[in-house]
Amino acid sequence: MAFLEIANLQKSFGSAHVVKDFSLGIDKGEFVSLLGPSGCGKTTVLRMVAGFETPSAGGIHIDGRDVVALRPNARNIGMVFQAYALFPNLTVAQNVGFGLKVAGVGRSEADARVTEMLALIGLPDLGGRYPFQLSGGQQQRVALARALAVRPKVLLLDEPLSALDAKIRVSLRSEIREIQQRLGITTIFVTHDQEEALSMSDRIVVMNGGVAEQVGTPFDIYNRPQTRFVAGFVGTLNAFEAVVTDPASGAVTLDGTPMELGQPLSVPSGARIGIALRPEAAHLGRAPGREVVLRGRITEVHFMGSVIRVRAEVAGVALSLDTFNRADTPPPPVGSETEISVAARDFIVLGR
Amino acid sequence: MGEMTEAITSAAPSKARRAAPIGPGRLLSWTLFIFGVLYFALPLIGMFEFSLRKRRGAYSFDAYTSVLGDPQFQATFSYSLIMSVVTIALGLLLVLPAALWVRIRLPAMRPVVEFITLLPLVIPVIVIAFGYLRMFNTSSFLPMTGTVMTTNLLLAFGYSTLALPYMYRAIDNGLRTLDVQTLTEAAQSLGAGWFTILFRIMLPNVFTAVLSGAFLTFSIVLGEYVFAALLDRPAFGPYMIWIGGNKAYEPAALAVIAFAITWGCMGLIQLAGRLAPHTRAAR
Repeated sequence: MAFLEIANLQKSFGSAHVVKDFSLGIDKGEFVSLLGPSGCGKTTVLRMVAGFETPSAGGIHIDGRDVVALRPNARNIGMVFQAYALFPNLTVAQNVGFGLKVAGVGRSEADARVTEMLALIGLPDLGGRYPFQLSGGQQQRVALARALAVRPKVLLLDEPLSALDAKIRVSLRSEIREIQQRLGITTIFVTHDQEEALSMSDRIVVMNGGVAEQVGTPFDIYNRPQTRFVAGFVGTLNAFEAVVTDPASGAVTLDGTPMELGQPLSVPSGARIGIALRPEAAHLGRAPGREVVLRGRITEVHFMGSVIRVRAEVAGVALSLDTFNRADTPPPPVGSETEISVAARDFIVLGR
Repeated sequence: MGEMTEAITSAAPSKARRAAPIGPGRLLSWTLFIFGVLYFALPLIGMFEFSLRKRRGAYSFDAYTSVLGDPQFQATFSYSLIMSVVTIALGLLLVLPAALWVRIRLPAMRPVVEFITLLPLVIPVIVIAFGYLRMFNTSSFLPMTGTVMTTNLLLAFGYSTLALPYMYRAIDNGLRTLDVQTLTEAAQSLGAGWFTILFRIMLPNVFTAVLSGAFLTFSIVLGEYVFAALLDRPAFGPYMIWIGGNKAYEPAALAVIAFAITWGCMGLIQLAGRLAPHTRAAR
């Protein structure tokens, strides 16, 4: 049994089945993200682990112990909320020490733990401040320290970065990940931001409509999406329709161009099949190793500094492709005809 | 260029308006303001002046010393003071958990609870008082009017009912400024039980609101007549009525004292709000 075992979890609110048969095992020290759009049930799963919602069916075991019947304050979990939820009447140090005081930890030990936690989040001198005197990023770091101070078995992060501005978000996510790895604490992170999930997690659970569509490492989820939803939700995708010519060898034609996808296809010859391409898999012009050459017309060019995102009309589809900026090669002008080369094995076959 | 000219010409008259002497509109507002001040201040000044006239031919504080030195004043005032503290504590224990519970678990019940808390404003006190006497008289199943202690308790219950509309609104408004749901969940995840959540998290954060509810309760208890008279308790309300019917200058002195206490309480609320360190950001 995994350290945190969620088995056949279900939750209904009236007639709405928000979570349908969700199972997941998380190992000790693992960082798992629940990723999905609004209303996919990810927060409900987290809240059931925390004890704020009671499952309609299913079980949750933490370190071998069934916690479903336990109240939230008896589960030994740490939680960080999107809205920080620092107690406004307590100072930073009192906030961090709150759980220790509730648990009856002795004063000297509690003080030492608070000092240790404030050092951990890089705010050793702000113990005497009140929450309103801190920036959003600082408040969220204090909330993290408060959740970690009680040495919880599981850390639950409910979209902790959503309320912060972009720059702080990026720096804080690496800080959270670093602290998590240093303490080796088992963590569930709920987010709708794929970049956060991809950059921070050991594993990602992509959720849709109350079920886990796919569970895997960020590399797998991005490069080998198993469902059409996962392929579309994680990363940018250019979807095409190809005609199958030989299912056994994976041969198809795209806009008249033949290619071999390198995997057997489960549809009959002559049928149409959805295939997709990541922006970074398409190359402007010909290149060695990219045997499929498609013709297109440039419709948009977005210069973003190190990366140039180009949109071109290819095979009746608006294709996005990313290319690195090079000072000696200006981006192609809008309206010009171009060749785009692709390696056939880079196409993702879209399933159900 | 056209736009700029337009901006300049439109700015010019407003400058002229600022420099102009007081117009009829301004005069009217000032007149109304002065009228308002006089309307409220003159009776107070008149009352204060009258309260100083006890000694013939000279201003003195004789009426005040007479009132403050009256053992009955001291007895009834201290009785009502204690009753108001008991009432405030009762109201707080009743309203804070109820308001919190409605906010967190039963938001759909809000209109019902608000309606119930408004009932004491609609039902005359005499009706509640007679209802109490009928329910809790010495020959009833719960003879609370049988002893002085239980009658006092009954009176405190009655006062709490009267103060309910003010106490509930004050606390509920205080809770509205907080993210009650998330703060509760945060505290729970840190191991806190309901007692800790109520008294270590919620109460300090709605302290100013509780104080204003407490102050309103205090005023109600101090001036309440019907309950105290019908239950025959030595409260300040009946004393004020009695002194009003039997003395000339003392009632005016008593009214001035009552105003001073009221204003003192308002000042205390302001001071408490200002001194609470975590509320400084709100201003």
